[in-house]
Amino acid sequence: MSDLTLDVQVWRGDAAGGAFRRYAVPARERQTVLDVVTWIQRTIDPSLSYRFACRVGMCGTCAMTVNGKPRWTCRTLVGAVARAGRLVVAPLANLPVVKDLACDMAPFFDKWQRAEGRFRPAAAAPADFAVVPPESPKRRAADAGIECIGCAVCHAACDIVAWNKDYLGPAALNRAWTLVNDVRDGARAARLAAVAGDAGCHACHSLQSCREHCPKHINPTAGIAGLKRLSALAALKGEW
Amino acid sequence: MTTGRTEALLWLAQRASAAVLALCVVVHLATIMLAVRGGLSGAEILGRTRGSLAWALFYAVFVLAVAVHAPIGLRAIARETLGWRGVTLEAATGAVALALAWAGWRAVAGLVLA
Ligand code: SF4
Ligand code: SF4
Ligand code: FES
Repeated sequence: MSDLTLDVQVWRGDAAGGAFRRYAVPARERQTVLDVVTWIQRTIDPSLSYRFACRVGMCGTCAMTVNGKPRWTCRTLVGAVARAGRLVVAPLANLPVVKDLACDMAPFFDKWQRAEGRFRPAAAAPADFAVVPPESPKRRAADAGIECIGCAVCHAACDIVAWNKDYLGPAALNRAWTLVNDVRDGARAARLAAVAGDAGCHACHSLQSCREHCPKHINPTAGIAGLKRLSALAALKGEW
Repeated sequence: MTTGRTEALLWLAQRASAAVLALCVVVHLATIMLAVRGGLSGAEILGRTRGSLAWALFYAVFVLAVAVHAPIGLRAIARETLGWRGVTLEAATGAVALALAWAGWRAVAGLVLA
């Protein structure tokens, strides 16, 4: 392969199986992995399926496995990840494949629901805006996890998700942690009950693969450790 | 959510016993290092421990921490690697805890009452 051409292998197939197919793609300066996939689809094979929306790291739809690691492809420069001009692009791990590079995200977001990942207002409609001081410990704890874009990169990077498909996983648990720290929320006990157990926070090995791969530099492990502490306290106090 | 509650309490028990173990192991190792300085003999060890309420309590607590800590860890490993779940796993975990406590306390009794 010359400097000007990338040797790109892309996984093609569906839930029943598939294989890698090879494409030669012109190298461009500051080209992203998503640019490469798009180039293949626009110029070589329009039947290639993949998913993206914002192209600027906000929507969380473009995650794929690139040279063995889960990444957000719209913000991953080819120059930073290609080895000797070679790229291997596969669908995200730990989710069912719909077609080619597009995964079925339903099991991922179902886990957010199971983890009570919805805001549930505490009391009757508040009379005024809730005041949450930015420096309060709870607000800071929520801040640490709030920028999640739901890309499922951490879910793909987590070994425990791979071993136990019921495990809620880092993203859903991180979401639960931000809500547990939302002073306006009223479902704390139910949420702690939902995330405790061997398919919940207690399954986490704290090895931080999620944190290592999260493109938003979130540390789900820290939130999961917080959930372990709070659920132990809740269990001691007999809150559920 | 009994399983969530159980997991949460077991997690707490394992954390608490780990804290106790950390302290016990340090004392235990320091004692070994001091004790072996002038050579080690069974008589010397028994001379220190026989009739000592303090050593009896210390090692009884040590054994208790082990009997709490180890079975919870083994239970997690069994569940993850073997997919073993349910009442048989809980029974086996309890049996390991009892066996460790029995063997450990028996040894402590041997040291102190011998
Ligand atoms: S720290 Fe926990 S959630 Fe994160 S990758 Fe490891 S097991 Fe998964
Ligand atoms: S925690 Fe990070 S890696 Fe996981 S879904 Fe959110 S943004 Fe993506
Ligand atoms: S396309 Fe929106 S995050 Fe990549």
